[in-house]
Amino acid sequence: MPDTLSLSQSQPQQHAFNPYTENGGTILAIAGADFSVIAGDTRQSEGYNIQTRYAPKVFRLTDKAVLAVNGFAADGNMFVKKVRQRLEWYRHAHAKDMPIRAIARLIQTMLYSRRFFPYYVYNILGGIEEDGTGAVYSFDPVGSYEREACRAAGAAQSLVQPFLDNQIYFKNQTPAPGTSFPRHLPLSTVLSLVIDSFTSATERHIEVGDGLEIYVVLAKNSPSIQGLRDVRGVSELTSTDDGERVFVVRRELKKD
Amino acid sequence: MDHFPTNWGRPRNDAYDAYGTFPLPHRPNNDTKDAFASGVQRTQQPIVTGTSVLALKYKDGIMMAADNLASYGSLARFKDVQRLHPVGKYTVIGAGGDISDFQYIQKFLEELIIEEFTSQDGHDLGPAEIHEYLSQVMYARRSKLNPLWNSLLVGGFKDGKSFLAYVDLLGTTYSASTLATGFGAYLAQPILRKEVEGKETELTEDEAIRIMETCIRVLYYRDARSIDKYQLATITADGVKISDSRHISTSWSFAEGIRGYGAQTQ
Amino acid sequence: MFRNTYDSDNTVFSPQGRLHQVEYALEAVKQGSAAVGLRSKTHAVLLALKRSTGELASYQQKMFRIDDHVGIAIAGLTSDARVLSNFMRQQAMSSKMLFNRPVPVNRLVGSIADKAQVNTQEYGRRPYGVGFLVIGHDQSGPHLYEFSPSGNSYEYFAMSIGARSQSAKTYLEKHYEEFADAPLEDLIRHGLHALRETLQQDKELNVNNTSIGLIGPTSEHETKATLPQGAFRILENEAVEPFLQTMVAKSTDSSAPAPAGASSSGAGGSSDVQMSG
Repeated sequence: MPDTLSLSQSQPQQHAFNPYTENGGTILAIAGADFSVIAGDTRQSEGYNIQTRYAPKVFRLTDKAVLAVNGFAADGNMFVKKVRQRLEWYRHAHAKDMPIRAIARLIQTMLYSRRFFPYYVYNILGGIEEDGTGAVYSFDPVGSYEREACRAAGAAQSLVQPFLDNQIYFKNQTPAPGTSFPRHLPLSTVLSLVIDSFTSATERHIEVGDGLEIYVVLAKNSPSIQGLRDVRGVSELTSTDDGERVFVVRRELKKD
Repeated sequence: MDHFPTNWGRPRNDAYDAYGTFPLPHRPNNDTKDAFASGVQRTQQPIVTGTSVLALKYKDGIMMAADNLASYGSLARFKDVQRLHPVGKYTVIGAGGDISDFQYIQKFLEELIIEEFTSQDGHDLGPAEIHEYLSQVMYARRSKLNPLWNSLLVGGFKDGKSFLAYVDLLGTTYSASTLATGFGAYLAQPILRKEVEGKETELTEDEAIRIMETCIRVLYYRDARSIDKYQLATITADGVKISDSRHISTSWSFAEGIRGYGAQTQ
Repeated sequence: MFRNTYDSDNTVFSPQGRLHQVEYALEAVKQGSAAVGLRSKTHAVLLALKRSTGELASYQQKMFRIDDHVGIAIAGLTSDARVLSNFMRQQAMSSKMLFNRPVPVNRLVGSIADKAQVNTQEYGRRPYGVGFLVIGHDQSGPHLYEFSPSGNSYEYFAMSIGARSQSAKTYLEKHYEEFADAPLEDLIRHGLHALRETLQQDKELNVNNTSIGLIGPTSEHETKATLPQGAFRILENEAVEPFLQTMVAKSTDSSAPAPAGASSSGAGGSSDVQMSG
């Protein structure tokens, strides 16, 4: 039996160029009955270095779809750019915005087309379906995807997702006798959960912090708009006034 | 069917371990050699290198600093190399990493600027456009696994707005009011952030120079690939200025008292 | 139709120093329904007359969006226009990709003019059979350009192309000094008046046959808010109605009708052209 151990070591060891790095941060999205909330922190880091305190990870694609990207920042930015390009061609061809479930499938094919040199990026797509319901789609780096009610990804996924499982899916809780858990939570509750998720993740994870951007997409004529008006730090990004509406809430997170 | 996934997709080689007796991490590697590997040259490591580049935002625009050393490994090989380079009328780029790759970057940016200049229609490239273009080139090269081995800072001032951003061999980009590459990210960035963050619109040029001198001095004391000869660049409404080489003063008298360093009396 | 010895190959000059195929291509532009463009200090607008083949058919598409900051109106072969507008979209996108900069309008128009020029010189090709009015907004403000199959492009304060466009031009020449400082509503009204001049005797502008394309801050007559501010948009059907309302009825002594554009077709007077068929 040849000595395979020494055989593999006898070849000269080359330190090849590694085209990837990991830039920290966390993203999160929650779907409501007629709204969707997509959030991400704004810290970008490499190892123990904070590169910048403000590098957005959440991007408005259309009036009804918002994309959050997390992982290798250069891949993330390029991916968002390419998705936007495809959406622009769709607009040229059809004179309307692509529906969110079509964007989800588009993202899957774009990711899978790089199956053997992947975009090292976890994507979460949030927005409003054509039937007016809130939607969240989550992806792995090579394009596996599913529609969910909520999803956290990135550096603090392991801290945030169990919290959401408990608070959104009511895992490990039992309803009071004669009652049942609600299928959908109201916007104010969801916003509180998002903010709490990020302040907690900031406390316990060194790669999370600095700033928080929460995008809120509301279905056409959604009554949830009432609660959103007086939220601190909210501004509107909608481009038309006869359909879905997009808002962003900006908050500070601890910078240490 | 081979039930070891590590062997899937690899050329069969029955000569070794036909019965799978080796634990997974020790499986024979049946990778074929790339027959063309020697025909294609790719940068796998930098050769002649520059160290940190520093940059900050101040009242009038952007200030950048970099020393004049190009090292060959640990040898201080070239001591009069300019690592701050003007691009067009509004922009300066500063480079750490491989100097030959940087000179290649200078060349293609110059071509770009000339091409833009010849159209003579009043649309010229500002720092934001140059940074975007540079990022696309850096990312495209990393995606070919043939990177330009640099960390670059792009500073500029156009239409009353200052611009400062970073891009490196992976295509990673970001922007902040203070930036530092290489060792500077560890040694200078904390000083820069303390002195600059929140004061970007108040800092005068003199104060900015003082901050840069402090950082360059700290780097010269602690970074073995730096020297005490450096240049400053300012990009303001008045355009681009890159200083002549300057000298940073240092004091080594404390070394006298350290055993094994200065002249010993016992 | 006209026929002569020097028109079968566009790379051959006639003894009079003319390229007949190129001139025929310019005729193709005049076959298309008219489009009018105007520019003020704040806005650039396009107006076009849409044709329909009959009561049962839809109206043709006369305007294309190229990017947020550029749009075109066409006269001539729609299929050639689609090829060129797709090329313009690619140019606009590549500028966004490479430099994150909206492509300067003059360079965009220059790039299609260069493409068209190649077709007037290379063997085995034919010129494009379409003309554009291009409006756009960039660092240097709003612009209006004309592109034609001959490979020429010029910037204008106001311009018209297509069938009977000379009548519209006459109107524009009479009023263009008011355009620079005109509010958007006035600019569009002037445009509609100019476009009206190109109509046949018994026809009128209505919500079905009129398209308006514009760049610049929103008008009081627009219902939809647009972001990013002032991006190119096309108004059709009901959205055109409030602007049609602003038109002033044609007075009987209005500008003397110029000879219709179509009647000046070809090079009627030149000696190397003979009638045939």
